[in-house]
Amino acid sequence: MTAAAAGIGAARALPGWVESTVDFLRLLSRRPVGLLGLAGIVFFILFALVVPVFVPVLDATDVTAVYQGPSAAHPLGTDYAGRDVLNQLVHGGREILVTAALTGFLSTLTAVALGAIAATVGGKVDAVIVAVNDVVLTIPHFPVLVVAAALLRPDGVVVLALLLAALTWSALLRQIRAQVLSLRERDYIEAARALDLGLPHIVFREILPNMRSYIVIHFILGVTAAIYLIVGLVVLGLVPLSGKNWAITIYFAVNQGALYFRDSFLSIASPIAMIVLFQLSLVFFVSALEDIFDPRLRRS
Amino acid sequence: MTTAGPAGARLDAQTFPYGRYRTAGRWLGRTWRSPAMRALTKAVLTIWITTTLTFGLIRLMPGSPVDIKIEELTRDGAMTYEEARGMVGALIAIDLDAPVHEQYLSFLEHLARGDLGASFLSSGTSVSSIILAVLPWTILAVGVGTFLSFIVGVLIGLVAAYRRGGWFDNLFVTGSSIVSSIQPYLLAVMIIVVFGVQLRWLPVAQMRGATTPGIAPGFTLEFIGDVLYHASLPILMFFLVHIGHWVLSMKSATLGSLEEDYVAAARARGLSDARITTAYVGRNAILPLVQQLAIAAGFIVGGSILIETLLVYPGVGYRLDRAIAQRDYPVMQGILLVITASVVVANLVADLVYSKIDPRIGRPGGASG
Repeated sequence: MTAAAAGIGAARALPGWVESTVDFLRLLSRRPVGLLGLAGIVFFILFALVVPVFVPVLDATDVTAVYQGPSAAHPLGTDYAGRDVLNQLVHGGREILVTAALTGFLSTLTAVALGAIAATVGGKVDAVIVAVNDVVLTIPHFPVLVVAAALLRPDGVVVLALLLAALTWSALLRQIRAQVLSLRERDYIEAARALDLGLPHIVFREILPNMRSYIVIHFILGVTAAIYLIVGLVVLGLVPLSGKNWAITIYFAVNQGALYFRDSFLSIASPIAMIVLFQLSLVFFVSALEDIFDPRLRRS
Repeated sequence: MTTAGPAGARLDAQTFPYGRYRTAGRWLGRTWRSPAMRALTKAVLTIWITTTLTFGLIRLMPGSPVDIKIEELTRDGAMTYEEARGMVGALIAIDLDAPVHEQYLSFLEHLARGDLGASFLSSGTSVSSIILAVLPWTILAVGVGTFLSFIVGVLIGLVAAYRRGGWFDNLFVTGSSIVSSIQPYLLAVMIIVVFGVQLRWLPVAQMRGATTPGIAPGFTLEFIGDVLYHASLPILMFFLVHIGHWVLSMKSATLGSLEEDYVAAARARGLSDARITTAYVGRNAILPLVQQLAIAAGFIVGGSILIETLLVYPGVGYRLDRAIAQRDYPVMQGILLVITASVVVANLVADLVYSKIDPRIGRPGGASG
């Protein structure tokens, strides 16, 4: 940047993050699949978190209106209890999205913290963290989770997220550790170490900011993995949560025998479509992110 | 792996022997650096931690399953507290009067002898016999599904890599990435709803269970046909669940090995395309996938709680779901242990085999981190 350009007030007022966001959107706009994924994520966040604020819960059962087809009053028909399917979709997303996001956050945080410690401290600490990670990674997650959920009966979003994060952090740690190990050898880290800036400074000011894209990708992958597990636990009837979410709708459909009832199609397919489309949006967006952030992949 | 200490410290260690302590430390270090020993230690540790965790959950949790069972037995006054306590202890092979650490040790001792206790519900039925009864069905359905998906997935992935950008690549690779990002259970429900209920192509209700009720088991064509008929839907589900992963992995592995120098060299030597594909590209691309297959084989024993329950197919996963619903803790614990052990052993085998095949991994302190 020349001195003249730096002198112009407007150019200076544009903070770095705006610039990098614009830059990112420009790169994303060349990847239609990634753009579709982002649009999907935005849609689901609005649909599950904002729309419910304006739409009242319609929970009254109506035995005279069981399994009705789509109509003006019920755009997606009614379920086995005569309740509006669309209304259930509106109110059924929040719990799953919040639990999954919390799990993704907790497991990414754990993996980043432990991975950074292992790689920067090294030695015995590193060996112990890697060994513990190997053990958690090898344990078959879903069966262990099912038994733990059956014994502990987690009934709140936070408890469930903690339980899920206790198992899912291990998938990220190895890569985070490898990434920090490679960053450690870079010149600017060597320089910071030579200046004796201290471990916290090196980790939080030098290493982590350079892993931002990496951490974002893994957070989203963590959310995807969490949805897999949450849906699995809920459809087994182990974790009912508040009793209002897309997965519990599927659980009831299967256990009430509605699965084998021809008219029930919309009431089963709609919550499934919501979960699948949300997961696909996340996967599409992540693949575009990997593409943008990893120059080695950019050419293929 | 090891961080290089200051040069002075290293010199010290070499010039001044630290005696026995030093030698022991070195021995430990060397053992830990040997991939085989490390893999073995890891395997034993994993199984031990999982069993300890289940023991802790079942025995020590406030309002633990043991207490609940005792309360159930004494509720209608049919049994005194002591009688009930003794009975529950006998069922889960734990002496409840002993201190907790002794209970734990005797629990481990029973496990080491392969004694998994007896079912809470049908007293006298050992957990081992329950597991052995459901294991063949799971191995049949999940095993065939896993291996079929591997073979077909590898072939599709290989062809897709050769014709990248073509319609074949686009169709199958896009399809695979979509299918592999869907929760398997939801995929299975949709298959039942669409093909079983709406289109009526699959007689889903008839295909439930492992065999048609009343059919005589034996080495007859009729019985084997019936077993395969009932297993076909689970096999199809497991095939679909796994195939996406194999297609995507094989495609990227093939693309990687196509760029290797030895492939260019083989072309330059005028070898036929078929020979290059099988002996040079495919063989090297499949190497990491074989290790993944060994790991996947470990998951066969566990089956799938979700899919087996949905299809009412009486395998290990279905039995685990029943045990949970009936609060039959010894069975739950036993099945979890068997699932974990098979996954851990498969991982161990995969590690050992791979360190033999790939010289880069066999080197002590090599690229294992």
